[in-house]
Amino acid sequence: MITRRDFLKKSVMIAGVAVPLTAFEIIDPEKLFAQVAAEKTKVRWVFLIDTYKCVGCGFCVKGCKNENEIPYDANVTRTWVERYVLTKDGRLFADTPKGARDGFTTTKIDLGLGKYQDIKKDNIEKAYFVPKLCNQCENPPCVQVCPVGATYQAPDGVVLVDRTWCIGCGYCIMACPYGVRFFHPVHHTAEKCNFCYHRITKGMKTACIEACAFGARKIGNIKDPNDPVTKIIRTERVGVLKSEFGTKPQAFYIGLDEEVR
Amino acid sequence: MKNHVFRPLFAVIGIIVLVLAARIFYVPKDFGIHERGYMYGWYRQANIEDWKKVQVKYQGTEYCKDCHDKNYASIKKSPHQNVQCENCHGPAGTAEGIVHFDSDKRPKLTIDKSRQQCLRCHFPLPYPSSGRSKIKGIDPDKHNPDIECSMCHNPHHPNLEGLR
Amino acid sequence: MVHGEIWTIKELFVTPNEYIYWSVQIVMYPFMTGLVAGAFVLSSLYHVFGIKELKDIARFALVFSFALLFVAPMPIMLHLQFPFRGINVMMTSHFTSAIAAFGIVFFTYGAIVASELWFLYRKHFVVKANALRDVQDKTMLQWMEYLMYTGLTLGAFDISEESLHRDEKAIKVLAGIGIPVACFLHGYAGFIFGSVKANALWMTPLMPVIFIMSAIVSGIALCMITYIVVMEYRKFMIKRARKRWEVSLEEVKGAELHVVTMTAKYLVFFLIFAISLELLDLIFRGYTAVKSWDMLRTIIYERDFYDIFIMQYGIGNLIPLILFLSPGLTIRRAVLGVLLVLFGVFMMRWNVVIGGQAFSLTFAGFMHYHLPIIPHDWETFKEGLGGALTIFIMPFVLFYFIAKVFPVFSTKESH
Repeated sequence: MITRRDFLKKSVMIAGVAVPLTAFEIIDPEKLFAQVAAEKTKVRWVFLIDTYKCVGCGFCVKGCKNENEIPYDANVTRTWVERYVLTKDGRLFADTPKGARDGFTTTKIDLGLGKYQDIKKDNIEKAYFVPKLCNQCENPPCVQVCPVGATYQAPDGVVLVDRTWCIGCGYCIMACPYGVRFFHPVHHTAEKCNFCYHRITKGMKTACIEACAFGARKIGNIKDPNDPVTKIIRTERVGVLKSEFGTKPQAFYIGLDEEVR
Repeated sequence: MKNHVFRPLFAVIGIIVLVLAARIFYVPKDFGIHERGYMYGWYRQANIEDWKKVQVKYQGTEYCKDCHDKNYASIKKSPHQNVQCENCHGPAGTAEGIVHFDSDKRPKLTIDKSRQQCLRCHFPLPYPSSGRSKIKGIDPDKHNPDIECSMCHNPHHPNLEGLR
Repeated sequence: MVHGEIWTIKELFVTPNEYIYWSVQIVMYPFMTGLVAGAFVLSSLYHVFGIKELKDIARFALVFSFALLFVAPMPIMLHLQFPFRGINVMMTSHFTSAIAAFGIVFFTYGAIVASELWFLYRKHFVVKANALRDVQDKTMLQWMEYLMYTGLTLGAFDISEESLHRDEKAIKVLAGIGIPVACFLHGYAGFIFGSVKANALWMTPLMPVIFIMSAIVSGIALCMITYIVVMEYRKFMIKRARKRWEVSLEEVKGAELHVVTMTAKYLVFFLIFAISLELLDLIFRGYTAVKSWDMLRTIIYERDFYDIFIMQYGIGNLIPLILFLSPGLTIRRAVLGVLLVLFGVFMMRWNVVIGGQAFSLTFAGFMHYHLPIIPHDWETFKEGLGGALTIFIMPFVLFYFIAKVFPVFSTKESH
């Protein structure tokens, strides 16, 4: 016969163990906020890049610089294009001269330190251009490490920087696995692509999308099932950059090659 | 005998109170936890509006067509139909506003007529899996190296064989 | 030029926005906070564990730790693009960031050190305040001194045996609490780097522990060298002018070998611990050979081989170990060993901070950092050799002034 004391002890123990972990999830304020937010906002911006269509003209970079007031001569940019050339003897050559601000107008690959590598046409196995920009990650590590709350994620998914609050420590720049952040040469605060927030919130397209004559860049709302971009992402084969970091990037690539860094 | 041991603690608490009081004046009222939670949504709310208010510079080709209808019609029939006016003509607006249209002076936009501008697409790069290899190009050192491309090729109908 | 461009040389495939943003001041910062933590731990070894031979150096260590405390935020102030906004870290702390811990941890640690110093020197303040009160016509300086010492007593004038006994107990408690806080102080500095998943070299859970261990090593080393230098200098000065000092010649011994030997034992213990962890990290990386290993191997074994294996492990770790472990330790050998250890700890910070930025996120390009030696504007001074040297001498400058209020020589009036 079990004593009352023992019975109570055992029940409490079992009840304690039986409290499902989901109960903790409900009381986890962060998850709660996220759930509420997910239901409230009808927009979550996502980007789509078609690397087959990109020709490396660099008009996107030039347009972005003008639109977002990044000094033209400054060697930083919110978006850039990388060139990858894989040779038949199994070597990779890649460059991004001034971020492709002036396009790619030579076959010579920029190796830095004033050196160039010219690659003969018959030695090229495959070559392509990869535009890059901020992925506005679902789990942005840059926001996680900001010590003062100067960078944050807006409800519609875009990660923004508060120029009046940023102290310029550079932690967010170090934390970004994609290298999209830098110090603004004039404002001296952290800076990065914000999907031309001032344009997309007015129903316009980003400056880089506007500038691209080849349709390599597109923006859409993943919460809208009728959005053409959403349809492509959901039904066709797309890839993201560096998914191993758990950042859940929201810029999707068509034709993303294994060699892309 | 009163225990003096806690005096430093009181001094520390005093400093903490001062810091908390300073906080009330220093931190903007709308600074707090917003939709994405503490980890991703800790910010000054008004900043979102600050970003929305940034001046739009590029207006897009449709903006230009009402005044520049002839060039618009011409380019839309040419292989350059998807190239934006502002790619070569520069943005219609600056940080100060849409100066090209709204200002009384109606300043002209500066056109980039350099060979480098055209070479962005028309320098041939033999990259088989890229759209670049499908664009016709020239060797800039051999093809009329000293003159602007637009001397012979009108950007609004670049084909010398005439309009399509 | 954008920030970082002037001292960064890019090679091969590097993305446009990558530069060496965290330069020498970010190397100085963990170096200085490491000295703070290490000095405090040394002081606590006496107060908590009652290791009598460390009594003299313990007082030194605590006051020096306090001087270092004021210096520790300076590299950050010089590095920030907006130093006056630095207060935002305390005003709107985002605790998901390791740097936000800075405000709280530093303040807590500062409170502990300041409080411990207060208990240690309370009797001295009371004696000084009373003596000055009795002076009839005070000069301006004496008035200021009187106010200062009275203020510093915080109104606790009782210096009876019972009261002083309470002070001693409080010191013990604070020193005890302080050890984990000091560990946390430097552990979080290691966490700042170790938690950055984007950086293949920095990301390891061992980073906080490695930082703590080498911090303790550097703190002990600094206290040893300061102790030796100050004690020898004092002996030298007394020999020249006997009357000015309060102590008689019999008490003046200069740096004492048994103190140095005892302290050196602890130094060696923590040094071996630190080296073991670093070698473990290296071996582990080589064994598991994940995607980043190709690039890291090139950095560690080729491009940075000299900085890592010759400067840090060779000159900074191996030679001091030989010097300390060889029998018959002399003060002179200890001095050399300690200076090399400090150099080794500095190189470790350098190799982590700069080494972590020596390669591109593409794993297909490199960045070379050249420290600005001759400054030609404010930025190349504050983030160059000038700024680093300024930070390095500041603790000694501050210690000189602080030691006037918290004297480290006369043994009579403090515990």
